[in-house]
Amino acid sequence: MTEEHIIGTSVPRKEGRDKVTGAARYVDDMTLPGMLYGATVRSRFPRGIIKKISFDPQFTWSEFVIVTARDIPGKNCIALIGDDQPCLADGKVSHPEEPILLLAHANPHLLRKAVDAVTIEYELLPAIFTMEASERREHIIWGTDNTFKTFLISKGDVDRVWSKADYIVDGEYTTGAQEQLYIENNGVIAAFDLEQGITIWGSLQCPYYVHKALMALCGLKEDKVRVVQMETGGAFGGKEDYPSIIAGHAALLAVKSRSPVKIIYDRTEDMTATTKRHPSRTRHRTAVSKDGKILGGEIDFTIDGGAYATLSSVVLSRGTIHAGGPYYWPNIRIRGKAVATNMPPHGAFRGFGAPQSLFAMERHMDRIAQTVGLSPIEIRRRNFLKPGQTTTTEQTIREDIDLGKLLDRALELSDYPAKKAKFAQENQTGPIKKGIGLATFLHGAGFTGSGERYLASVVGVEGCADGSVRVLVSSTEFGQGTNTVLCQIAAEALNLPYDDVRIAQPDTNQVPNSGPTVASRTAMVVGNLVRSAAVGIKQTLIASGMLGDAYSPEEFRAACKNHIAEHGKLCSTARYDPPPGVFWDDEKYRGEAYATFAWAAYVAEVEVDLSTYIATVKDFVALQEVGKVLHPILAKGQIIGGVAQGIGFALYEKVVWQNGRMQNGQMTNYIMPTSADLPEIRVFFEELGNVHGAYGAKGIGELPMDGPAPAIVNAIEDALGARFDSIPLLPEDIFETISADGVR
Amino acid sequence: MTVPSGRQGKCEFTFTVNGRRETVRAYPMERLLDVLRHELNLNGTKEGCGEGECGSCSVLMNGELANSCLIPALQASGAEITTIEGLAGESQLSVLQSAFLECGGAQCGICTPGMILSARHLLNKNANPTTDEIREALSGNLCRCTGYAQIVEAVAQAARHRSAE
Repeated sequence: MTEEHIIGTSVPRKEGRDKVTGAARYVDDMTLPGMLYGATVRSRFPRGIIKKISFDPQFTWSEFVIVTARDIPGKNCIALIGDDQPCLADGKVSHPEEPILLLAHANPHLLRKAVDAVTIEYELLPAIFTMEASERREHIIWGTDNTFKTFLISKGDVDRVWSKADYIVDGEYTTGAQEQLYIENNGVIAAFDLEQGITIWGSLQCPYYVHKALMALCGLKEDKVRVVQMETGGAFGGKEDYPSIIAGHAALLAVKSRSPVKIIYDRTEDMTATTKRHPSRTRHRTAVSKDGKILGGEIDFTIDGGAYATLSSVVLSRGTIHAGGPYYWPNIRIRGKAVATNMPPHGAFRGFGAPQSLFAMERHMDRIAQTVGLSPIEIRRRNFLKPGQTTTTEQTIREDIDLGKLLDRALELSDYPAKKAKFAQENQTGPIKKGIGLATFLHGAGFTGSGERYLASVVGVEGCADGSVRVLVSSTEFGQGTNTVLCQIAAEALNLPYDDVRIAQPDTNQVPNSGPTVASRTAMVVGNLVRSAAVGIKQTLIASGMLGDAYSPEEFRAACKNHIAEHGKLCSTARYDPPPGVFWDDEKYRGEAYATFAWAAYVAEVEVDLSTYIATVKDFVALQEVGKVLHPILAKGQIIGGVAQGIGFALYEKVVWQNGRMQNGQMTNYIMPTSADLPEIRVFFEELGNVHGAYGAKGIGELPMDGPAPAIVNAIEDALGARFDSIPLLPEDIFETISADGVR
Repeated sequence: MTVPSGRQGKCEFTFTVNGRRETVRAYPMERLLDVLRHELNLNGTKEGCGEGECGSCSVLMNGELANSCLIPALQASGAEITTIEGLAGESQLSVLQSAFLECGGAQCGICTPGMILSARHLLNKNANPTTDEIREALSGNLCRCTGYAQIVEAVAQAARHRSAE
């Protein structure tokens, strides 16, 4: 029996060798015999009735496979939550780039030309491009009131606090759309035969989401749809729901042509047609006492969902629940609203609504500090949630978190007080203005509220004939380290070397539904199930008398082989069981929103050059409490990568819209940070543990997306003394604000 | 994807890829990226943007770093090309590949081949680069997962190991 722990060590990434040698197989690396290429004819307009579709007679159209909404065997929708999004537009379009017609041909070059040779005539209808126009109901474009979903969180009695307040602080904050910009574009291959039904190989996060969508679209039974995840070149939420659409398109072409069909988007198609982070607007009105205590407040959180409901209700839910930040609110009313516009639907992106509402909260805390005359540190310290207190949904904080101490450590690590004083001095002369800012925040791990109970995830762990162990999950690897961490957990539970544990390729014919790979749930929730299933294998072997209570890896392998020889398949499964005493009310939005939260304090140091108005992050401290760190290198990689995306969200990444269409759908003019743009991102962990997670793990993936933007903008305000309440904040935006308001 | 003109026929091109002489038939303006992937089955070279911004398709051409999505087959004729498949030995990873694996330099892996070739190009020119020089040299290769720090660390570690050898 080995006494060494695998948990907490940085073992090599399972699929790492294939990735550094170029051997890893992504969907575009795969070719099937007789394969055709598929392409999508899309709407050029935001809203209209399709009057006529014509085909350039110079093309030999009989050589092409052509699919329209009329060819759909099942229901013309992308089954997800509300099922309102058609797979192919049928008679009308509701956003630019909406798919209307599909083409397939063996020659991809000819296919590209054919897409341009299809002409669609429309009767244009008036369209809506802003949340405000949608709220004014200038035109009704969705349902009866342009509203996908609303939430109301209510605690205490907000209406009575205003008269007791020494200060009432108002603020409005907005965030822009953000492109996930995974480096591998969306892509799938579909094959069809009458016997086996449809098989999809794709770049995707959630095999069973695609499985469900294809059953509905093609009118097929469960066992006639198979979804296989290929190596996936980044996702960040961008491959949560969209793969159901592209897989649906490829499947329709494959069903009609009886040939395998590959669809790979090019960068512009991926950027203009697929999902992005929801743009948001948050309004705060807060009642504060003269000693800086929050007495109560109202928060209005609104997101732009685009033309169809898709995931907006759940993004809104997370954003609404996180809107109050890591603070104690004795009285609060939070209204969340997702509205429709004629833009391509916005979707999942790391953080899922929380980066938007937390940007507002953390900017607003600095505003409150200024109003009351306290420092950004002190205002937070006086309002931090403490163990025993309740969140905005009246969830009692049961873990022993001390946010004041966390903040103190972040201030020390960043040398905040000394730098703050030094910069104030230095900023009096010269064109370079320096500033330092902070953000304190939390991120709920796993699905919200009853989500995990409804998912009821199942995982399997099997003993193999060669004596090794295989983890069976639909949880996918797309860079974050799923394969590695789940194998570590199984190895630890079985006291086996890491190399004795493998993980199956996610394939709905081979693995149970362990739920979608989203919401920072994999290490914590799925990991815990992998641990129980692994323990099940051990118990089976011990109960059969083939293995002693204490064993060596060799003895385990031998017992495993013997058991399979004697009894056949050796597989143990575990199903999610909600922890006892957890209460969540879906109607009132009250109760235990998350099994646990990760907590963080981030400090950003910036420099703004007043000759170019370029803001640069010079130093970044990311301190977080994420339970037990299962794999230090992977965990650090998650934090640095998330902070980098957060820096992009704040300072670089601007989607330029015109009539609902992204105008800068290229890496040339939608700018993400390069290696030369980023500072050293210094990562530190506190490890309190977590009774709900595998070996004490909490969710980690999304947390680092929440804090960078407000910390950076707070630092820019510190540097310039001008107020900035909107991101992205590009040099021209800084220039405009300063020109209007002047520098303090 | 480049659309070759239907009037031009395919031609024969010869170049050296990873030390092997290869002759392929391709359209003169076909992208080197597609020739490597489709004609030579070297799928380690990846397409990220198709316009020379992301560097995922980086290869070494006559020792220089090149975006293979911007190189027509015609231009590669007679050239010496190194792709990610040319870096590892039969059973052993190169020092750079090992360093990427150890330091967490590869997450989703899609930018990794191009990133490693870019790093190789740097170390060929400058055996002991500073952190700033590494960051500058890799700035033409976009990575959305890592925030670059562990990649920079991997390149620095590889430089140390190579100089120690």
